[in-house]
Amino acid sequence: MEVGLNRLIRPALRGFSALIAGFLVFAGLAITSPAMADEPTSDFSISGTLLNGDTPLENVNITVTDNDKFTQTVKSDATGAWNVYVPAETKYTVRLDTASLPAGVKLAPDSPAEQNVDLTGMGFVAVLYTFGSGVIEEQSIWSQLIVRIFSGLNFGLLLAIAAIGISLIYGTTGLSNFAHGEMVTFGALMMWVMYSVLQLNIIVAALFAILIVTASGFVQDQFIWKPLRKRRLGVNQIMIVSIGFSIVARYIMLLIFGGDTKDVSGGGNPVTLGPIMTTDVALYSMGISLAALLGVAFFLTRTRLGKATRAVSDNPSLAAATGIDVERIIRIVWLVSAALTGLAGVLYGLQFQANWELGFSILLLLFAAVTLGGLGTAMGATVGALIIGLVVEISPLVIANELKYAVALIILIVILIFRPQGVLGKKQRIG
Amino acid sequence: MDFLQILGLTIGQLFSPFTIAYILCALGLAVHFGYTGLMNFGQAAFAALGAYGFSIAALTLGWDWWACVLVGICASVLFAFLLGIPTLRLRADYLAIVTIAAAQALKYALQASDFASVTGGSAGLHGFAEGFFALNPIPVGRYDLGFETISEREMFITIVGWILVAVVAVFMVALTKSPWGRVLKGIREDEDAVRSLGKSVFAMKMQALIIGGVIASLGGMIFVISPENNDPSTWGTNFTFMIWTVLLLGGAATIFGPIVGGMSFFALLMLTEGVMTGLVNLGFLPFLNVAQVAQIRYLLVGLALMLLVIFKPQGFFGNKRETLVNAR
Repeated sequence: MEVGLNRLIRPALRGFSALIAGFLVFAGLAITSPAMADEPTSDFSISGTLLNGDTPLENVNITVTDNDKFTQTVKSDATGAWNVYVPAETKYTVRLDTASLPAGVKLAPDSPAEQNVDLTGMGFVAVLYTFGSGVIEEQSIWSQLIVRIFSGLNFGLLLAIAAIGISLIYGTTGLSNFAHGEMVTFGALMMWVMYSVLQLNIIVAALFAILIVTASGFVQDQFIWKPLRKRRLGVNQIMIVSIGFSIVARYIMLLIFGGDTKDVSGGGNPVTLGPIMTTDVALYSMGISLAALLGVAFFLTRTRLGKATRAVSDNPSLAAATGIDVERIIRIVWLVSAALTGLAGVLYGLQFQANWELGFSILLLLFAAVTLGGLGTAMGATVGALIIGLVVEISPLVIANELKYAVALIILIVILIFRPQGVLGKKQRIG
Repeated sequence: MDFLQILGLTIGQLFSPFTIAYILCALGLAVHFGYTGLMNFGQAAFAALGAYGFSIAALTLGWDWWACVLVGICASVLFAFLLGIPTLRLRADYLAIVTIAAAQALKYALQASDFASVTGGSAGLHGFAEGFFALNPIPVGRYDLGFETISEREMFITIVGWILVAVVAVFMVALTKSPWGRVLKGIREDEDAVRSLGKSVFAMKMQALIIGGVIASLGGMIFVISPENNDPSTWGTNFTFMIWTVLLLGGAATIFGPIVGGMSFFALLMLTEGVMTGLVNLGFLPFLNVAQVAQIRYLLVGLALMLLVIFKPQGFFGNKRETLVNAR
């Protein structure tokens, strides 16, 4: 299982493969290690593991063909694993020779012997076959749901610490910062540099990465956003500038770090909690996110500075009139937001992987979270992020996995019809 | 480095179907943003619906080219309704977030393998414009235009595209000069004032959203008809951001602006890309490789967007008083 998880954390499988893999492995649908024996003949491969319940199926013939020039037949090994290196990222047909199955073992009714896979943009695809009839039914919908809820909370907490940054900046400056995702990316890539390249201790590496992102937040506020506020540029104009900045930042990171996906931690060690198969990294990440969220809540409600921040959020002119240095508060908000977002990036990189556009890929989820909760409220951002995280992870139970982000975005639109100000927002947001 | 070749490509880019597609999308966005003040960041979705409407009608239903065009237009009208009803009441920045989210959700759906039998999934659709090119009166062959050599198909789609741009531009001039157009500008400047005159702001915004969306869907069709290839990855957020850059370069509340903006923007991109590729090949830019030059194109788009909005929000042709990006 460990090998399986680690092998799955491969560049080509983006996003949440670790979680999904954890789920799938648990669900008895194990998609695990490709056979290690043969040398890779290309970067692209199709693989799978044949398990009847927990029993690996050996010497089963699998044929992979592109229905044109390429055809290769392999046998599964003693662990049930099989792997075929294929020449190109195109479509292939995978056929399981049912005659070669051991006596008494049959494919499950919903698992066809012939499957079509599309490698385009993937590089690596795992093909699932399920056997017998009872294998899937053993997995009750409830334990699947529990697993999904756990993943959703994990993802939601990650989103929350990044979303609070967006929310605080919006609250104090009125800017919907489209370049926020790039800070997540920057955090993850810095973690990769510190931890995987420079091989620093994990905590030292994380602190350095967060420090660098915090500094970047301070610098961009001082040199971009503050001068623009001084020029009295309208908030919508500044928003378009932030879109431009996000593109610039993203492509600079692409030029520096390249387009490949970086494996930061290898996914961590597996931990089993009842029906939930997870990793120690995920558990630490959830704990740290939760602590960070509580810290922000304490800061905003119990400290003078936090109260001043909320006052500026509420009404900048009134706050200024009561003697609050608004620019100083905005500076602090940028520092806090950048630090939180950097933390989100570090945790994201550790749990999943880092690449140049990961932040942009979750930016809309962050906006959905912030908008759902009500722009400008930190509480709202947290609630919204948890909802979005849960929706994203639970929706694959009923719809295709690749549409899970779309579902989150559609929920955003639907909620705006009925409650335009968001779940916890104030009425003023509607035009 | 072959300067003549780079120059030829640059001039070619001025008139290419690619440029035409962006110009049409930017003209649509001018109706949305320039004249009505709607911050639509989902323009890629309208273009995508035009493209998919056309190609699906041609491949799955086997309809004639004109019916395919109608399907593309209807798809974008429908999307404008779906998008507009929940969002047009929202403030500008909310509208921006929701439109970009809707466009992205649509892209996920178009790419999904669940619907691949119709949409082609992540592989997209190909070879759907035979019916359209059957109309081509230009004899088969290669035509040397002095700066580049193009096929009869490219020639045909380029001519059709520019006629389309001209028709749309004339239509938009008439529209914006009409009483209807003046109300639109009124909405951009002060929604409440227009409301107090008894106009239905929501209905006007919806009409603007539909008209701009239909224009963008025509752009999407031109984009995919020319190479006969509809690739879902085209319709991402970068497509929308490019349209915004084109629009803001020329001037948001103008009709001439997006046209000249589109031509100069893509010619400039081609020129810098050509020169930089040349320099890389000669070894003058040792820290770059040829693949990275193509990435720098987007970096320049972002930079242009930032600098334009900060220093010249009215663009080349705009009137400084009409740059109310700030309206609401």
